[in-house]
Amino acid sequence: MAASGTHDANENYLNHEKGLWSWLTTLDHKRIGVLYAITVAIFFFVGGLAALAIRTELFSAGETIPNLGPNGYNRLMTYHGAIMVFLVIIPGIPAFLGNFVLPLHLGAKDVAFPRLNLLSWYCLLAGAAIALTSLLMGGADTGWTFYTPYSINSAPAVVMMAFGVFVAGFSSILTGLNFIVTTHKLRAPGMTMNRIPLFVWALYSTAIIQVLATPVLAITVLLLAMENIFGIGFFDESLGGDPVLFQHFFWFYSHPAVYIMILPAFGVISELITAFSRKTIFGYTAIAYSSLAIAAVSFFVWGHHMFTSGQSEVASVLFSILTMLVGIPTAIKVFNWVATMYKSSINLASPMLFAIGFIFLFTIGGVTGIFLATIATNIHFHDTYFVVAHFHYVMVGGTLMAIMGGIYYWFPKMFGKMYHEATARLSFLGIFIGFNVTFYPQFLLGANGMPRRYFDYLPVYEPLNQISTIGSYLIGIGFVFAAISILIGFIKGEKAGANPWGARTLEWTIPSPPPHHNFDKTPIITAGPYEFR
Amino acid sequence: MSSADQHAHGTGHHYAHHFESAEHEYSSSKQGIWVFLCTEILMFGGLFVGYAVFHHMYPLLFKAGSTFVDWRMGAANTVVLLTSSLTMALGIYYAQKRDAAKSGLMLLITIACGAIFMVIKYFEYSHKIHLGLLPGSWFHGSLDVTFADGTVQRVENLPLYFSFYYMMTGLHGIHVLIGMSLIFWAWLRVRKNEFGPHYYTPVEGVGLFWHLVDLVWIYLFPLLYLVS
Repeated sequence: MAASGTHDANENYLNHEKGLWSWLTTLDHKRIGVLYAITVAIFFFVGGLAALAIRTELFSAGETIPNLGPNGYNRLMTYHGAIMVFLVIIPGIPAFLGNFVLPLHLGAKDVAFPRLNLLSWYCLLAGAAIALTSLLMGGADTGWTFYTPYSINSAPAVVMMAFGVFVAGFSSILTGLNFIVTTHKLRAPGMTMNRIPLFVWALYSTAIIQVLATPVLAITVLLLAMENIFGIGFFDESLGGDPVLFQHFFWFYSHPAVYIMILPAFGVISELITAFSRKTIFGYTAIAYSSLAIAAVSFFVWGHHMFTSGQSEVASVLFSILTMLVGIPTAIKVFNWVATMYKSSINLASPMLFAIGFIFLFTIGGVTGIFLATIATNIHFHDTYFVVAHFHYVMVGGTLMAIMGGIYYWFPKMFGKMYHEATARLSFLGIFIGFNVTFYPQFLLGANGMPRRYFDYLPVYEPLNQISTIGSYLIGIGFVFAAISILIGFIKGEKAGANPWGARTLEWTIPSPPPHHNFDKTPIITAGPYEFR
Repeated sequence: MSSADQHAHGTGHHYAHHFESAEHEYSSSKQGIWVFLCTEILMFGGLFVGYAVFHHMYPLLFKAGSTFVDWRMGAANTVVLLTSSLTMALGIYYAQKRDAAKSGLMLLITIACGAIFMVIKYFEYSHKIHLGLLPGSWFHGSLDVTFADGTVQRVENLPLYFSFYYMMTGLHGIHVLIGMSLIFWAWLRVRKNEFGPHYYTPVEGVGLFWHLVDLVWIYLFPLLYLVS
């Protein structure tokens, strides 16, 4: 603790302690958030390179990258999927932005369990190290879903990868546990549950899913490893087991996990829309409870991944109806965001550009989700590029756009400097246009029957694939601009001041970067989070 | 805030700076432990769901398998674990009363019960391994099963029973070992007289974990041993 009484005005969480060791052993949620930011950025770079390699290979029919071959392609696709899902999007918003912002939003000094918070970062690193070790064992080639029976008999690299996912899962569980307790127990005086910012509601709903779904993934990959090593037979038909049971287990986690990826993004967008519309959010309660509703329904929709697996028709019909139910709370959010922007004075800074881009892309992703939830159309679209386009519109057009918006929004708070606005806008243009050029053609390809996950395709699909590949390079250029705008911000960004956006939540009432203990005096809350005058 | 403010009344324990009081820290920690126990239930839940699915697919499977396990050993282990839950609860009670000697003794008895449980499990495992009753593809025992009513029948998928047996009791056994280590850690802290009426969170948290381990066994015992 700083010398009591005389508080150094220049003291903040970045210069409070010095040296690499102080970062590796830090218990400060803000520093742990920064550690996550660096880690996730590195994984994103690796996963992104794999994505560009995949698109390059698919630029023309037949082999495009010399000597890659179908087996190399399968590995590329597996690592792209696994890295992006488990190491980028799942920790992306909660563990990075959430860690930094959640205690500040609540008026707390830290999360409830700072040591568990640091442990969760090391779990992610250990999980990543183990998962990537599988590369040295020849590489896993099952796709990120590890479907049986193929994964039972394939190389030991799959077991290594599964074990890495198992360990990284603890990172997710510990973060979720921490956020649940922090939200319940560490709110500032006067901050009732109906006064917490919507980002916190989103993180809280996410945390519930992380805590309840991730252990099921743990037992699933554990059983898969036992199956691969000892042949226990749960998923092996020759031993009386049932390969489809694996799909049920896997999607019981992995469908809720889709909401682990998108719910925090909704929270970020709620913050951005209200801050840059300079207006109280429309329908606070509806947005807050729709997050909980999505979390609840998310546990009962997993079967929509399995319409063609031979599950019973009754189950398929139920899963189809339940899946469409998700559309209701999601649409409630979209309508409320649009209603907030209506007749407001919008500030079109980069974070808001990404937020508006999010609404546009996510709506396309959401509506095509209804196509896929409809059993009759699903049979046609199943395992085609239509599915690939759909989930990229949600995961990239949704979550990644929200991460970018959130980074630009909170960067001034994290480091006390502004990013470079012009290059940030260029990055938005590159990512937004490039994204649509990449993935819109994939809807058409899928509708025309091009199957996903193959190294090669019929020549008739070539023109649209070439457009798609060019789009992916545009996205890459967009991210280069994003990196430049952040770098310029670090090197010579102008001083941000405490509240560059005129936003109303608590983190903007303290200096940028925040002091080590966040709040010199515990704030007393007397009103909701978005009281604009 | 001076460090004296962060002193839980009457013990050497400092509560962390981001809490308002020792009670605040206690209630937060306890909520965290309960949330963690939920994750444990969900993890074991996967195996219980698997059990239900295979019970539905092969109605004879678990009846057949349970003829190979000795219910007396399972019953003995149930008694041992139930006793250990009692001594664990007493260990918490005496920690709250600041009676380090009695609390420490109770925790040691709890660890001893855990050890007895593992020894009995060891004899059960080695007996089965000796007979070739191994999981899945490693099974090389006989598929002919003598049921309780004396009829003999061939059960093709019998190895699946042992897959469940080893997965369920194995995962549970690992939890027993982790629980014993945690109780040992709590015992070390009890010996240093760290706990009293205002601070006993670690003993209680470990205790809750131990009760869950006990509870899981209460379900495993009938599902694997008594199902015939």
